[in-house]
Amino acid sequence: MANWIPLWLHKLSSPPVFYRFAGRWRPWAIALALVLGIVALYGGLVLAPPDYQQGDDYRIIFIHVPCAWMSLFVYAIMGVASFIALVWRIKLAEVVAMASAPIGASFTFITLVTGSLWGARMWGTWWTWDARLTSELVLLFLYLGVIALCHSFEDRRQGARTAAFLALIGIVNVPIVEFSVNWWNTLHQGSTIRLLGPSSIAPSMIWPLLTMTVATKSYYIASLFGRTRTDLLALESGKDWVRQIAENEARA
Amino acid sequence: MAVLRRDLTLAWRQRGDMALPVLYALIVTSLFPFALGPEDALLRRIAGGVVLVTVLLAMLLAMDAMFRSDIEDGSLEQLMLAPQPLALMLGMKILAHWLATAVPLIVIAPLLAGMLHLPTPVMPVLLLALLLATPLLSLLGGVLVALTAGTRRSGMLLALMLLPLCVPVVIFAAGALAAAQEGLPWIAPIAWLGAALVLAVVLAPLACATALRIALDS
Amino acid sequence: MSPSLQSFFAMGGYAAYVWPAYGVFFVVLLVDWLAPQYRRRRLLRELRGRMARQEARKERNHRHSAAST
Repeated sequence: MANWIPLWLHKLSSPPVFYRFAGRWRPWAIALALVLGIVALYGGLVLAPPDYQQGDDYRIIFIHVPCAWMSLFVYAIMGVASFIALVWRIKLAEVVAMASAPIGASFTFITLVTGSLWGARMWGTWWTWDARLTSELVLLFLYLGVIALCHSFEDRRQGARTAAFLALIGIVNVPIVEFSVNWWNTLHQGSTIRLLGPSSIAPSMIWPLLTMTVATKSYYIASLFGRTRTDLLALESGKDWVRQIAENEARA
Repeated sequence: MAVLRRDLTLAWRQRGDMALPVLYALIVTSLFPFALGPEDALLRRIAGGVVLVTVLLAMLLAMDAMFRSDIEDGSLEQLMLAPQPLALMLGMKILAHWLATAVPLIVIAPLLAGMLHLPTPVMPVLLLALLLATPLLSLLGGVLVALTAGTRRSGMLLALMLLPLCVPVVIFAAGALAAAQEGLPWIAPIAWLGAALVLAVVLAPLACATALRIALDS
Repeated sequence: MSPSLQSFFAMGGYAAYVWPAYGVFFVVLLVDWLAPQYRRRRLLRELRGRMARQEARKERNHRHSAAST
């Protein structure tokens, strides 16, 4: 291992240490997510005034935009973890990368569905092939591909490393797709779609949006910690520390 | 070089298999007039795109077989242990696969386009677009096939993984065709395809070798 | 239902769009939260089963070797 990595980080990458660490912080993360989420929803659904153009329909924005940001954020984390997993072969990086995939896929799915519901009213159509939507759909396929590839291997670690490679290929592909679809749309004089209805967002609309952004990030951490803990148990099921946990759980 | 010759010989011995994608492309293309009606104006508009997509799908069908026989009889692992650079040899294998699969398709492409009444001036652009798009697909597909090398049935998974990568290729190829059909300059998207192909020729075999090592190392 | 609560649920006439959107949000994240918990419990249950079987086997071998001496 490189010497510039601080000792505590190195210790944290050991499965039983991370298991305890994640277990300690997970309740706080989900509590923060719930509190901020409720505050954001109240601000968005109740306090914020109706939009002068779209009425109450725009309120989908308070979940659509944070989920869209999360779909990209999680992919970036997955990419970094994949890179670390492939270059340094760290077990924890493999697990974090693979555990992030279903969460990212969930956020991408929500983004597509809420966007479709919002667009149905705003543009009069459930779907359109502009650059952003097409890229988001491609992103969903990439997440699903990573999940499917990881599960098609007998050896869990090999599956994780292979899927990590796919994730990295995908990172290169998404901007390429967005670029090419943009070009294609200008070729066909596509509709110029503004994703945010009002051109400038009132402050009463901004703070619920930002609060929800933090809430979703906190949720991601909580969910990631939970999935990573479970995946570590599965990966290390022969080891003593896992057996100990199984026994303790039975006694509780 | 020897790898190339060997793969081509093997492919020739099973030339029945080579006919399959061609047959598939013929059937699909001829179904379109039945499905959409023989009205000339409509067929003319969709001809370029339909031929493009049909050729791509036919290639996808044949993609799974790219390294399959070599994995099964163990010769791929031997290749990995050989002193020559793995990337180069995989590049040769991909080339052999492209020659055996895509070239027959490109040869019958004028026939397919004719069946759909593609205007004659667009034909050379179609051939050029296919000439650039099909090797791109073979190269990208090769990397993905290598990734699924260790798994059992990979057909559906391969299609799922390949789709996101296909989208830009299809967009630029179809863009060139659409421009040519309108009489507009079509060289820009073709140039993009050409540049992408050059990049892929250099990077894809390396990525393929890495993917193979990751997927097969136990 | 009071008029203000009613108008809240009506969402200015867009209720059919807004509420399903929020619904999808909650349902998907709920599934994402619960699925790993379920998997974890099942995993530990299977592990305990395996451990118990191993213990039983060890016990049997021990008794056999003790009996044969």
